[in-house]
Amino acid sequence: MTVDFNAIPLSQLSIGSSCRIGEIGLNGLLRRRIQDLGITPGTTVECLRRGPSGDPTAYVVRGTTIALRKEDAYQINVFPI
Amino acid sequence: MSITTEKDFLQELNKEAETIRLSYVTKLGDRIIADIYKNAEQISKNVILNDTNKKNWTLKLDNYLTSKIFGYPFMLLVLGIILWITISGANLPSDMLATALFSLQEILSRGFLDLGAPAWLHGILVFGVFHSVAWVVSVMLPPMAIFFPLFTLLEDLGYLPRVAFNLDNLFKKAKTCGKQSLTMCMGFGCNAAGVVACRIIDSPRERLIAVLTNNFVPCNGRFPILIAIGTIFGVGALTGQLQALAVAGIITGVILIGVFVTFAVSWILSRSILKGEASSMVLELPPYRRPKIASVVYRSIIDRTIFVLKRAVSVAAPAGAIIWIVANTYIGEISILNHLAGWLNPFAQAIGMDGYILLAFILGLPANEIVFPILIMSYISSGTMIELESLAELRLLFIDHGWTWLTAVNVMLFTLLHWPCGTTLLTTHKETGSKKWTLAAFIIPTTVAFTVCFILTQTVRLLGLG
Repeated sequence: MTVDFNAIPLSQLSIGSSCRIGEIGLNGLLRRRIQDLGITPGTTVECLRRGPSGDPTAYVVRGTTIALRKEDAYQINVFPI
Repeated sequence: MSITTEKDFLQELNKEAETIRLSYVTKLGDRIIADIYKNAEQISKNVILNDTNKKNWTLKLDNYLTSKIFGYPFMLLVLGIILWITISGANLPSDMLATALFSLQEILSRGFLDLGAPAWLHGILVFGVFHSVAWVVSVMLPPMAIFFPLFTLLEDLGYLPRVAFNLDNLFKKAKTCGKQSLTMCMGFGCNAAGVVACRIIDSPRERLIAVLTNNFVPCNGRFPILIAIGTIFGVGALTGQLQALAVAGIITGVILIGVFVTFAVSWILSRSILKGEASSMVLELPPYRRPKIASVVYRSIIDRTIFVLKRAVSVAAPAGAIIWIVANTYIGEISILNHLAGWLNPFAQAIGMDGYILLAFILGLPANEIVFPILIMSYISSGTMIELESLAELRLLFIDHGWTWLTAVNVMLFTLLHWPCGTTLLTTHKETGSKKWTLAAFIIPTTVAFTVCFILTQTVRLLGLG
């Protein structure tokens, strides 16, 4: 497996920029939920906006907007585009 | 080999098998999911036209509705406007319904007398059953018929997920789920419905906290009490639209207290009997949609208004009969109702109310809608029956029974914070499947209500303000 040094956690993606999903480090029910919503390796995701108090953050995935908490987004590795 | 070690061995084996299974299932599952999405992507590319115009609309609206500056004030404004429309719109139809129903009561009453019906039957059916039902209908129907459609409209527009988005960080600090704000919104209509709505919260611990605190959002059965007292004691001098605006302001304030208590109690629960860390939250923010007016009206009137009203009437009718009996059955010189109220009075005085008020809250356990009619009935049971068609007469009645501004504030706070109604408790039992948590759902709000009213009353009296 090649190690990509450009990978960052999804939570560190800045607003307005996009990324490609790498590895999803979540387990159990949340992993399933995330995948059900179409967040799978290779998917393009755009960081849309943060909530009024800085968390959660809304992401655009496959045309839908999905909000995730910082702690959960931190577990998803992404490659900024 | 003893049974316990055999069991242990089996359990360990099971655990290992599960680990191996999971490690493969995750890989296999990932491949299946990736494949399904690849297929779906291809299909959607061919058949779906993207409406960028609609998306831009949602983006632009969200720039304001979930922004740092406007996000929170806008939520407050929406709440205030909904309450204001409800209060100012419900005034006239409420008065008309009351006038119509109470003149019908007179006709009924005369009919009973003409037929030579015994006084007790006349009392139970007309002054007990009919009077309570008439009150519940005339006080509850108009605000519900305005509030529910407005709320369903908001739901249909797609604004409610934004409320959860805006508030999630606060809920995270209380170690609960942002979706709790959605269950609270449902609670405005009916707390039993709010408790059922808690199913949308994934974590069992956070769901339980949402169930236990849902009651701190005033439901439709409690709004009329808040509106009536807010109007009588809060803004007596104002008239017309200004009055409705001021009452809406007072009720918004009361709701904010309820929201604050929800956060506080959730925070405490997360650090005591329901200890745990905040779990994850995945929230979809759908695009804003043009509401379907016909479906909004149908859903809000048939599914909600009629449903809640039916429940209220079916509780108010027998309760009205029982209360009339209690108020008109004498032990010695004093009626049972007065005995009970007298016995409760010392406790009630400590929290700035009187025995009749506390008794009304206790007898109102089946449904909050009947607390007010019970109170009025017990206040006037001693004298002759008077017609209470206007709030001014109600104000006189209350002041005659020693109400001050402190009594009014305490009754409003107690209305907001006290134990859930019978239906909500039954629903809580059904949803949690536990007697222990149902008891907690009763004890937590009760403790909060008594504590808040006690501290407020004693402080005000100590400072000599009351």
